[in-house]
Amino acid sequence: MFDPYLAETRFGLGLRPGLEPPRGLSVMLGRLSGPDRAAERFPIDLFENYREKLVSDGHIGRVALTRTAAQRQAANRAVRKIARRDQLRWLRAILARRLETQDGFRERLTHFWADHFTAIGKTSVLRQMHAPYVEEAIRPRLTGRFRDMLSAVVRHPMMLAYLDQMRSVGPNSLAAQRSSRLNGLNENLARELLELHTLGVGGPYDQNDVRQLAELLTGLSYSPENGFSFRRGMAEPGPETILGKRYGGGRAQLSDIEDALEDLAAHPTTARHLARKLAVHFIGEAADPGMIEAMALAYLQQDGRLEALYVAMLSHPAAWRVAAPGNVRPPLDFVIASLRALNIRAEQIDVIRPRDVLNGFVRPLALMGMTWERPPGPDGWPENDNEWITPQRHAARVQWAMSVPEKLADPMPDPRQFLQTALARPASDALVFAAAAAESRAAGVGIILSSPEFQRV
Amino acid sequence: MSKTLSRRRLLTRIGILGCSAAASPLMTPISFAATRSDARVVVIILRGAMDGLDVVRPYGDREFAAVRPGGRDGIELDGFYALHPDLGPLHPLWQSGELAFAHAVSTPYRDRRSHFDGQDLLEAGTADMSRDGWLNRALAHLPGAVAETAYAIGREDMRVLQGATPFASWAPDADLTVSQATLDLVQLVSREDPLFTAAVRDAIRLSKIETVAAQVAQNEELDMGMAEPPRGPANAHLGVAQFAAQKLRADARIAAFSLGGWDTHAVQDRSIRRPLNALSDTILTLRDGLGPDWSKTAVVAMTEFGRTVRQNGTAGTDHGTAGAMVLAGGALRGGQVSADWPGLAEVDLYDRVDLKPTRDVRAIAGWVLRDLLGLSASVIERDVFPGVELGANPGLIL
Repeated sequence: MFDPYLAETRFGLGLRPGLEPPRGLSVMLGRLSGPDRAAERFPIDLFENYREKLVSDGHIGRVALTRTAAQRQAANRAVRKIARRDQLRWLRAILARRLETQDGFRERLTHFWADHFTAIGKTSVLRQMHAPYVEEAIRPRLTGRFRDMLSAVVRHPMMLAYLDQMRSVGPNSLAAQRSSRLNGLNENLARELLELHTLGVGGPYDQNDVRQLAELLTGLSYSPENGFSFRRGMAEPGPETILGKRYGGGRAQLSDIEDALEDLAAHPTTARHLARKLAVHFIGEAADPGMIEAMALAYLQQDGRLEALYVAMLSHPAAWRVAAPGNVRPPLDFVIASLRALNIRAEQIDVIRPRDVLNGFVRPLALMGMTWERPPGPDGWPENDNEWITPQRHAARVQWAMSVPEKLADPMPDPRQFLQTALARPASDALVFAAAAAESRAAGVGIILSSPEFQRV
Repeated sequence: MSKTLSRRRLLTRIGILGCSAAASPLMTPISFAATRSDARVVVIILRGAMDGLDVVRPYGDREFAAVRPGGRDGIELDGFYALHPDLGPLHPLWQSGELAFAHAVSTPYRDRRSHFDGQDLLEAGTADMSRDGWLNRALAHLPGAVAETAYAIGREDMRVLQGATPFASWAPDADLTVSQATLDLVQLVSREDPLFTAAVRDAIRLSKIETVAAQVAQNEELDMGMAEPPRGPANAHLGVAQFAAQKLRADARIAAFSLGGWDTHAVQDRSIRRPLNALSDTILTLRDGLGPDWSKTAVVAMTEFGRTVRQNGTAGTDHGTAGAMVLAGGALRGGQVSADWPGLAEVDLYDRVDLKPTRDVRAIAGWVLRDLLGLSASVIERDVFPGVELGANPGLIL
């Protein structure tokens, strides 16, 4: 059953000397439901606050609109520069939280749900504002009802912009009647909402449900100067029928959309989709079907609460089984686990020059297959080990393991001792031998970090 | 006993320096004669659903001007179709018979309009969504093929080439500067894990190839900062194309990579320019890099599905059904658009919104495999694209 080392590796961010792993399940869950200490200590702006600040400082919004084209261009360059600087600040905060936390499960879940609700900034400062999106829509809702996270995401400017919802206009809406140019329904968000966010591909919906949901979602909008708004004028007059149930029909209103989200979140197919995805993320493709069933059931019985999924997963014996080989750590988790094992501290990350953050983290992560805040598509990062451990991506891991720790760790540990602190289980004979036989400390540490024993959890 | 000696003894005992290295297909010396065929095939997956109607514009269809009011200024091709102006650099290839298109083509994927499923089917080459790719299954039928016969290039996964038959993969901007002694130990500690063993072995081999392109890509990336779009350096596709050409000039016969950016839901007249320029540059880079071997080459660029016939309210197009394929190379009988044109009148459309597919993308690709690589029609219909009907030969290969 519960194993502190597995709690810190399979469900956390890796062992760190001096940080005691949770002793039991109740400690682990208590940390998750307690105050978000990592966020308090290493703050990241909330999207809405940051947007308002950019408006009040005159960088975006109405003030900017009065300028000439050349002035606007210059202003746009200036604000992008500011946002880039802040994106770097947020990146440092993300690394710092992950290095210092005793609540690794919270960071893993934040990443998991941010990935489930992948939103990629496509234009202007949104390109930099992924971290504020996650901080605002995802992180405060990790343990509550899934429906609340879904609702926060579906009305979030990042998502509305990413999946083109803010451009979608009901064909029979007031706006479309007034202007013949405005008549386009855009199905992008509606489709991903069914295919990725709730029911899952293969779920009990068809193209007609997508279309109807797209019509229902019209009106969700965003502007840089005012943030989110529901624009009734863009909304398609209802009612719309989704999975056989009618929504709206009167004056278009946000609550019709909320009703549909409530029902989608409570759907048994959604429960199974979420349970399976979570289990695969933490345990792997071979996750126990009985455990997934138990998770889905707990979710449905407890009003769609996400905590129910976690408790059901972690209470199941299959969660703690050591069945080789475990999941390969994705690139960011690999980098963080390495730094934690080396006892690198947040203060060290804080003083790295921007150029070295780029060379030491951003570029290596991209070569490992994880371009910062830019997953390949709305379905997010791969779960399959084969997609991470390709020759070139693994080469990037080895290259990083051999070169970057040396620049941060002072002194570099003796590889033979490092074996004890880095791994949750006793090392294989080959790894013990290689750690001792390496031609330098840096090479020895790099070999340990490059090994499947370290990279699989 | 010195440390080096003991390491060597251990490595030899467990076979890292012995049989496992020899058994690796990448470690086996190969020569030009390894494969019988001298032909080259480059498969480009155009991710995001390229709008075939915008790229190869059927202006001769009387409905076209009405559904695509912005599409009038294409480059004349054959009295019915015109080329998107941003593919202008490829027009000389059309004139010399080294550029062709297939139109109104699609995979069997219908109605759900998901990029991921659409790409999965395109790359699997079969509706039952097997996990291996059709190019991998084709590779299995190439006489004398070894892993380095086929390359998946770039940071993205190429499902089209994944499968049981060994192939090579590499991103030109990857790097591995570690001493041989250390690499031996990395191999040693990976030996119990087949996935890691294969990755380390191939990485060591591939990292020894230096390209100018890799250097260029690195420098650009550093200059551009962390916030640029997902495609990374603006000219990464050139590095990929140069690397592909270099491998194809040597022992490789098949290369596969991706070009993204085709999901033009809004302001398409602007958003489609970048991927079109990338496609054009890629084809011309391949031609230049392949030199005399260009005459034996076919480039086949395909996408998961087409886009809606009418524009949406945001001056873009949404996910549709049939689209176009782009083919280039000296091995082509170019200067033609192969199509059984379905028409753009509403009654002629698929589901009244999409260009109706009249030919399977896989049949077009299948005929290229047959006529260029010499695979038999029965192998193609049974193994490479199970369930496809090859139908009449479109005659795209010389």
